[in-house]
Order: sequence, then C-alpha cells, then structure tokens
Amino acid sequence: MARITLEGIAHTYDVRSANAALKRLDHVWEQGRAYALLGPSGCGKTTLLNIISGLITPSEGRVLFDGKDVTQLPTEQRNIAQVFQFPVIYDTMSVGENLAFPLKNRGMDRRAIKSRVAEIADLLGLTKELSRRARGLTAEAKQKVSLGRGLVRADVAAILLDEPLTVIDPSLKWELRSKLKAVHRALNLLMIYVTHDQVEALTFADEVVVMKDGSVLQVATPARLFEQPEHTFVGYFIGSPGMNLVAADVEGHVAHVAGHAIELGAHYPKVPAGSAVLGFRPDYASVVPNGGVPVQIRRLEDLGRRRLARVALGPHEIFATVPHGVPIDGAEAGLTIRQDRLFVYVNDELVPGDRR
Amino acid sequence: MEKSLNNRAWLMVMPVFVLVLFSALLPMMTVVNYSVQDSMGQNNFFWNGDAWFRDLLNPATEIGARFQNALFKNLSFSLVALLIEVPLGIAIALCLPRSGWAVGPLLVVIALPMLIPWNVVGTIWQIFSRADIGLFGAALTGLGIPYNATQGAVSAWCTIVVIDVWHWTPLVILLTYAGLRAIPDAFYQAARIDAASRWATFVNIELPKLQKVLVIVVLLRFMQTFMIYTEPFVVTGGGPGSATTFLSIDLVKIALGQVDLGSAAAMSLVYNLITLTLCWIFFTIMMQLDRRRYA
Repeated sequence: MARITLEGIAHTYDVRSANAALKRLDHVWEQGRAYALLGPSGCGKTTLLNIISGLITPSEGRVLFDGKDVTQLPTEQRNIAQVFQFPVIYDTMSVGENLAFPLKNRGMDRRAIKSRVAEIADLLGLTKELSRRARGLTAEAKQKVSLGRGLVRADVAAILLDEPLTVIDPSLKWELRSKLKAVHRALNLLMIYVTHDQVEALTFADEVVVMKDGSVLQVATPARLFEQPEHTFVGYFIGSPGMNLVAADVEGHVAHVAGHAIELGAHYPKVPAGSAVLGFRPDYASVVPNGGVPVQIRRLEDLGRRRLARVALGPHEIFATVPHGVPIDGAEAGLTIRQDRLFVYVNDELVPGDRR
Repeated sequence: MEKSLNNRAWLMVMPVFVLVLFSALLPMMTVVNYSVQDSMGQNNFFWNGDAWFRDLLNPATEIGARFQNALFKNLSFSLVALLIEVPLGIAIALCLPRSGWAVGPLLVVIALPMLIPWNVVGTIWQIFSRADIGLFGAALTGLGIPYNATQGAVSAWCTIVVIDVWHWTPLVILLTYAGLRAIPDAFYQAARIDAASRWATFVNIELPKLQKVLVIVVLLRFMQTFMIYTEPFVVTGGGPGSATTFLSIDLVKIALGQVDLGSAAAMSLVYNLITLTLCWIFFTIMMQLDRRRYA
C-alpha cells in the first residue's frame, strides 16, 4: 500500500531524437484510489505505466513510493503488480502454482503460501480451478490468474493494469471489470488502469488521467471531464458524440461564429482575434423551432432515449439535442446553448472566463 | 461448418503421386528386389528369401557383427551430437541480443558453417585437424594432447563429433533464436515482477515456449546425424579400423566396394526402417506430452 509520487518525470526512448514519449509530468497517485490512464494508442500511457512499475527508467525525474525514491530500483524490488494486455501465465504450471510463484521466488514459507493462495483464489473465484493446468483456461480466467499473481503478495504497493480487457470476450468484459472493482474495494489498493476505451475508464476509475502525445491534458473525476474539459481533445475524446468545437471570434462576452453572435456566460477580455475555439457538448445544446442561432438541419437521429440533430451553422457541423416533445420539421431551426456549459479554448486549452 | 467431400480432389494430388513414385517408390522397390535375391554376376539373379535379413540381424555372422557395430556407432554419435548441439545451441541463442545493429551480422556469421557443402566441410577439417599444418590438430598437439584424426580411434570419432557440432549447431541456434524472439516482452516483464530468477525464467517461460521449435530441431538433427556420411568419408575414410565406420559408410563399402548387393539392400532397408521408427516414436512421445499438457 503506497502513495506514488512522480516528480518531473519525462522519458525519451531514443536519446538522439527530440520526440519525447512522455513530456514532463508531476502527479501524485493516492493510496486506495482507482485511476485510469486514458488516451489514444501511442500517447505514452504504457510508457508512464512502465515507469511506475520500473520496467523503464525515466530519462528525467524521480519516482517516489511513500516518499522513498525508487527511480533506480528494479521492478522486482518495487512491490508492484502488473497485468498485461495479453494474459501472461506460466504454461507448465497449474493455476495454484502460478499464484504461488511470486511468493516462492521471494522465499516465503510453504504453508503461508498455501493459505495466501487460497485466500486470493477465493477472492477471484478461482478456487475450483486451482489444480488445473493454467494453459487450458479461457483468456478471461488467465487474466484473473495474472491479476492474482500480483495480488498474492501482501506487500503489493499498487496494481497496474495495461489494457487488461483487450483479449476478453465482450460479454465477459463487464464481469471481469466488476471483479476488478470488487478487488479494489476489498483490498483498498492503488490501482492504475491503462485503456483507450472511455467507457472502461469512466466506469472503473475514481479519477481519469487523459493523455495525448506524451502529455497529460487533464486529471479529473469522470463527471468533471465531461462537464468541464480543460482541453479540446478531452472534450472531443470523451462523450459520444464528442464536444462540438467551432472556430469563433471572442470579444468580451460575445462570440461570433459564422456571422452570428452567441452570448457567452462569462467575460473574456483578452482573447486574440481568430484564435479562439468555442466548445460545447451536444447534451447542452438544444434545437428549438423558434429563436436561438439560426441553423440548418442536416439529419435527425433517434437514439431511443434521446434525439440528436446534426445541424449546420455556417460552415460548421454541430451535434445538438432535440428536446422531448419539440417538433422539428423543415430545414431551418434555432440553436440554444446553456451558457454555463459554453467554453472558450485558445491553443486547445481552456480559457478561464470572468463569470461576473 | 461441414466440409464437403469431393473425390475429384484426388486427381489434383495425382502429379505428386507420380513424382513420388519415380523419385522414391520405384528406386526403393529395386532395393527391396535386391534384398531378397542373390546374384553370381552376369545379371543372373535367384530368389534368396529372407536370408540376407537373417544374416544381417544375427550378430554371430560377419555381416551381422559389422551391422551391429556400425549401428552402435551411429546411435552413440547421434546421441552425443544431440547432447552437445542442442544445449549449446540454446545457450548461444540465449546469449544473442534480442535487437540492435549487431543481430544481423552475428546471425550471418553464425549461419556461415551451414552454407558450406558437406564435402568442403570435410576437406576443410581434413586439413584443419592435421597435426603438422592444421591449426586445430597442431594446437591440440601443442597442448600436449595426443591427437591424430586419422590414426587414433578416439581422436577420429571425436573429430567427427566436433565437425558436426561446428557445422550444425548454427541450425539449432537460428531456430531457437527465432523461437525466443517470438516470446512477447510481457512474459519477461511479468517474470521480473514475480522476481523469477534467470533459471526460473528459462524453465518456466522460455523452455515451454520453445518446445515446438525444439521438437523440430531434435528431429532434424537426429535424422541428419543418423545419416552422417560425407564427413567421415572425407576426413577419416571410416577408419582407423572401423572407428568411424557408420552405417552409411559401411553400406557404401558393402554395396560399391564388395558389390554385395543383397546384403547392402537388406542393410539399407533396415537402416531406413530404424530411422523412420525412431523418428515416429520420438514425434509421438512429444505430441503426447503436448496433449497431456493441454488437458
């Protein structure tokens, strides 16, 4: 059990190239919380995970476990458990032997190993499989075994999961995910979960770290990521469909989009002309028959629980919600946006407005 | 999905049957023919039944004793060669870097011996092992080791083993290396996290993952060592005495030297059957082990 602190961590795989796999980062991972590292492939999330586990030594910065510098310590001395994308099991061993392996290597007493293995097998629902060859198991059970190999160690500081559901049958993903949550609750461990699937990240984690191109864009609770994205990528990547992003000229408390003025909920005194992007979620933009900003309806999509319209505002295409009971017919309609959910971004980053 | 049966498919395989017929079955039938007949020359053959075979398999007869002797030499040679080549090949493959600029040149250098034709290998070693001008022979003699590849029985036998190890360990290295490269990094990372020792990693990860490759390696190397001919033919000529007279060498001596076609035919058939049987037994055991693991 530990709290992991990253101090000015950065990493470059090839020292000769200027491309950093991971740009400078400071972050504290609190004991007992579940984090998700979310981002597209190649954004540096696995690199970050491997730096924490010690499989990679960062080019810069320090890694602290409970205040103790472990930057130079090898993986086996760091007390972390890692579950990989593809299940890693020892083919020749039974499930029980697999679970006992890390303890055996650390010279633990045989009886203590047995009771600990039984305990963890019970937690993961593997008790019945203990004497089976690990090789014949399903991918999902194998992934549980590799998780179990991390959990058996009583001193484990954190569990790192690197896209653990990739090879799991979709219908079983949910089950394994709830098992992970149960384990997290039962053992009160720090868990860091790497994924590129926003649903996995948002349902699993207490806090989500959104990454892109080696940088951390925002660390926040799932709700906050949705309600107040601090970066256009966060807005676009999270939510389905993602945030609407349209170029705008912002002057004071008014944004001009394709010749139409949109009232902003705050005052933006210093936004250079032509650099701003207006962002708002489809969930907070409604299509109304009269009033609002005039838009052209391109397509209506009935998603069952809600209706979504794809509308055109000048050259921009925007997704907006069609409120229940609002009849929309014809090509013309109006668009209204909740002012407190309307954000201004410059260089992709959120500009704090003056909400007076 | 049910596969449909279509007997016309046999037509498609016919060319292969014809090829095999002419390249293997017909020549083989000639041998079978010789093995049950005797000849007094002038192309006169008469039926001899299984007499050649009975002689061959009876160690009390001259030919039987020779056969037994050569067979023992073959088996011990194959065993020793495999026992050296397979562990040595695995050990070297484990030492090779997994990536980097050195991999290519290293593999080429390692593969070089395999590219040399057998009789050239023999000639190289014939000179290499000479005590007067050969580096290997002179070095050993210089170290005070009594070594003479053409006159010492032990030296001769050991030389053939060393040649085979030099010539064919690269095959084991290359195949094993390919097998090792196919193991995903995650396995090594997991082993590190589990604090597995180098040996435990080898036994629990690398060896099981290499199993399929090693079956092929051992099969190939067994067949090749069991059929060894050119190296002893060129380097030692089967001597001194019968120290390096392997089955193949003896077979040629009987067939072409003594023109004892009946004995030679019987011998080659039994030789062939032994190879086939050993390979089959070996393969079956390996596959059986594999299946038991899956269960």
